[in-house]
This record gives sequence, structure tokens and C-alpha cells, in this order.
Amino acid sequence: MTQVMVDAHGVRKRFGRQEVLRGITLQVRAGEVMCIIGPSGSGKSTFLRCINHLEKVDAGRLTVDGQLVGYREQGGKLYELRDREVGRRRADVGMVFQHFNLFPHMTAMENVIVGPIRVKGEAKPTAVRRAEQMLSRVGMAEKFDAYPRQLSGGQQQRVAIARALCMQPKLMLFDEPTSALDPELVSDVLDVMRSLADDGMTMIVVTHEIGFAREVGDSLVFMDEGVVVEAGPPKEVLSSPSQERTQIFLSRIL
Amino acid sequence: MANGRARDLTAPAAMPVVPIRHPGRWVAAAVVVLLAAMLAHSLFFSHVVVNGRRRERFEWNIINQYFLSSEILKALGVTIALTVVAMAGGIAIGVTLAIMRLSPNPIVTGSAWLYIWFFRGTPVLVQLLFWYNASYIFPSFSLGIPFGPALVHFNLNTWLTPFLAASVGLVLNEGAYMSEVVRAGLISVDEGQTEAAQSIGMSRFMALRLIVIPQAMRVIIPPTGNETISMLKTTSLASVVTVGELTFNVEQIMAADYRTVPLFMVASLQYLWVTSLLMVGQYYVERHYAKGAARQLPPTPLQRLRRGLLIRPGKAGYGSFGELDGIPFVKDPL
Repeated sequence: MTQVMVDAHGVRKRFGRQEVLRGITLQVRAGEVMCIIGPSGSGKSTFLRCINHLEKVDAGRLTVDGQLVGYREQGGKLYELRDREVGRRRADVGMVFQHFNLFPHMTAMENVIVGPIRVKGEAKPTAVRRAEQMLSRVGMAEKFDAYPRQLSGGQQQRVAIARALCMQPKLMLFDEPTSALDPELVSDVLDVMRSLADDGMTMIVVTHEIGFAREVGDSLVFMDEGVVVEAGPPKEVLSSPSQERTQIFLSRIL
Repeated sequence: MANGRARDLTAPAAMPVVPIRHPGRWVAAAVVVLLAAMLAHSLFFSHVVVNGRRRERFEWNIINQYFLSSEILKALGVTIALTVVAMAGGIAIGVTLAIMRLSPNPIVTGSAWLYIWFFRGTPVLVQLLFWYNASYIFPSFSLGIPFGPALVHFNLNTWLTPFLAASVGLVLNEGAYMSEVVRAGLISVDEGQTEAAQSIGMSRFMALRLIVIPQAMRVIIPPTGNETISMLKTTSLASVVTVGELTFNVEQIMAADYRTVPLFMVASLQYLWVTSLLMVGQYYVERHYAKGAARQLPPTPLQRLRRGLLIRPGKAGYGSFGELDGIPFVKDPL
């Protein structure tokens, strides 16, 4: 049996009165590409942010690579982790945001090496060498010295992917990575993600790109109103959804 | 080149371009020149007759005589020193308070709020007078274990010089104002920046230092320049607590030889040129932190002047724009 990378059990999260996640249970195996689809407000982005502890889980159990997210379990108690310890675990999980969130005061190269140097304490030449590889890999070899504002959305998102990859994560989270892009730039980003998947990276992708989910995803999860409505192999879920809500959603977007 | 470019663009080159005329500019210029001439005449060439004695209106000879005198220069040094100390201390306290106010710890937020409430709520002049007279309340000052034995002991009557009292007063007061300036900068940076920094494993503090503060600087610098220029002149309040700064020394000299107006002119001109220097400094600091904010940085006044001299009149038409904006300011923009 392959190793489980992400294990969620009954994960709940509420913002004020609104319960955004109402008991999410799912597993992601190492090397698996899981796509999460669903209408906006269904809690898919919140769930992704919980995995990286950008949001605190209210109830349930969530582990990444066997380690509890945000807590340390000892003697039947959960100890909340300090900021620094949370950071150490986040360093192993790459995250790509809808709006790229590149650091605008740094060049593409600086964006990519700041994590390895400052967080992991790598020597600059080592970090730069890997950054050059990663930036070339995402097709940004010509743009090392460009500032984010001088790049197109698609280029920015590819630098953001390189930034996450340079931390050598064991899991990559994508939060609607192509939703803010012009249609013609989407494929560049998806191509990069596809090649990552081919290399065996474990990925959780919140997306509206059904084509990508069908071709690249190993599993597909449909979420609505804070619960997993349906999950399974993408082709099955997409061609013969068993739940009515899934059918309605798919009929609207396909 | 200008002509080469213009020839490439078929339509604009084929037909002459008639630029918009701006007659209003000539009228405005004439009015301004007239007013300037009147002002210059009044300042430099007019005289007044008082009690049958004719003298220069602004007595430039007296201004000249005092402008570089040692008392004035020494006093200017004290004014600048006080400004530097007040701003350095104020910025340090301001940054600390701003970070404190964004802390999740309610005690920390509350104390920062209380500090700002108090020091913004009382007049600076009163605060200066308070510190000047602090030895009345605290004749001595000891460092040691609270409510226990003292380790170091100061006699404030000798230690608390007017300069120190004024510095303490100005620093504490400026800290309260600077904290709001810094806080405005910090909250102007998008939340996503902190999240992205945290997602690559940075702690909250590291994200603040490497990611948020450098971006906040763009918002922080203009009001900080404002505060610095304002502080240069606020230091004149220290004259009330007998600090030998510019205003104090000018008043001292006045008391001796009654040259009131020329001496105030001396003080004003001194403040004015230091302010000008500060404005130039601010411009370049702003430029530094604009890195990555604009696709191209705007030219400095020097670059603009150099280009203005290079462009011959009559050529600043359609074709020369490429050349105008052609000087690269960002290292290899694309």
C-alpha cells in the first residue's frame, strides 16, 4: 500500500456563524494528483488553506505526511504549535495562490531564492543554482531579473510555482492557479503543472479546469456547502456522476 | 534617431502635425514674472525712511553679517542634532508601537494604544516643560530591582540637561505620531503577501521584516519626510527650555542688539535651506523603495535637466518621444 500524504477526517471550520467546512474526510496518497471542484463558497479553498495551516481547523483530524497540522500530540493532549514550528512544517508544503502573491519588490530570481536562503539557511550559490533550474523548467529562463510587475499573469504564476518548488516540497497545493489568467495564458501554467504531475509530485488542485482534472487528475472530489458530495476517478465522476448535485453542477459548467 | 523614427511611421510623417497652442500659459507666465519682479524689488532694491534715516527695507547687510556667524552656525548644529535624535528615536518607538498594535496579544495592543492616546493628546510644549522640570518630581533616578535595592544611581538635577530633556520629550511625542504612520504602511500591504511568505515557511516576524516592511516603506516615507520637516521646526519649542538651538540663540542675540526682523530672517532662511535639503533626500529615498513598483522609474530632476538641455527646440514633436523616454532607469526592464 502506498503511503498516505494527506489524511483528513471530519475536518470542520467555521467563520463566525457560518460553517464553511462541515466534516471533510478524504485521503491523498503520495504521488497522487487530486483535483477539487465545486461552486464558489463550497469550502474548497478553505480546505486547501487548512492543509497549510493558513486557517486553523476547528474540529476533526488533519495530518500531512503523518504529522498533525498545527498541533503536536502528546500524552492524549494536543499542543498548539508555535509560529516557528508551524513554519518549519509549511516549508515542506508548497502553495500556489490564485493571485500569484509574488513579492513585488523582488526580482523573479529573488522571489525564488528568498525561501531557501532565509528559511532553510542554504548558501546563496546553491539556492541560485536550483532556482535557475526551476525557473528554466517553468519556462522563465529569460526573466531572472524581471520584477513581477514586468511579467504577464501567466509568467507570474509560473514564477510562483518555481518559488514553491525551490523549497523542495513533498506536497503542492494549488488554489485556483489559473482563475485570474487570460484564457490564452492558462495552458502555459497547466503545462507546467502537468509536467510536475508526470514527475510524481503529490498535488491537490482546486480548479475550474475540468479538462485538466480529467486528463491529469488521479482522483476528483466534488465539494458543495462544506461537504464532499462525490469523489472518485475523474472519468467516472465526470461522465456518470451518481449524485444529483454533481450532475447539476457539471451540466452548468460543461 | 528622432527623424528616422518619424519617417517609419507613414501617416504622421506624411502630414505635418499642428500641436495644440497654449495661450493661457503665456498669460500666466507674464503675470507670474510681473509678481516676481515686484517681490524681488521689494526684497532687494527698496528702502524705507524711519525718523529721517534711510535704510534698506530688509537690511540684507545685517542678515549677511549674522548668517554665517559662529553663534548661528553652532545653534543650527544643535537644531539639526535635536531633529536627528528626535526622528531616530521617534521612528524606533513608532515601529515598535505599530508592530505592538498589530499583535494578537491584547495587553500589548492595549498598552500601545494607551501610549499613543497620551502622547498625542497632550501638547508637545507641555511635554517639553514637564521633562525640563522632571527633576522636581524625580530628583534622583535609580536602576535596580523593583521595590528592592538600587544598583545604579543618577542625580537628575545634574544629569537631565536641557538638551536631554528636550530630546526625551520630542522622541516620546514623535514616537506616538510615527507609530500611526508606520501602521498605515503595514496595513497597506496585501494580506496575500504575508500568506505567501508564510507558505514558504517564514515566521510571522520574518515575513514582516523581509516582505511586508520593505513594501510598506513606499507608504511610510512621504509622511515620514513630512514629520521630519515638521520636526526641524518643532525643535524651536526647545528654546523654551533653554536649549541653545537656532530660535533660542537668535532670541538671545536679539535681546542684546535689537535687530529683531533681520535675525528672524536669518533663522527662517536657515530652516528653509535645511528643509530643501531634506526634500531632496526624501525624493531619493522614495525612488529607492519604488523598486519593482513601477515598470520604469521616473527620471530624477538631474536626468530631466540633462535631457532638457540635449533636446533642441523645435524637435520636441512627434518623433522625439522615443528618445525622450529612451534612457533606461531600471536595470534591463524586459
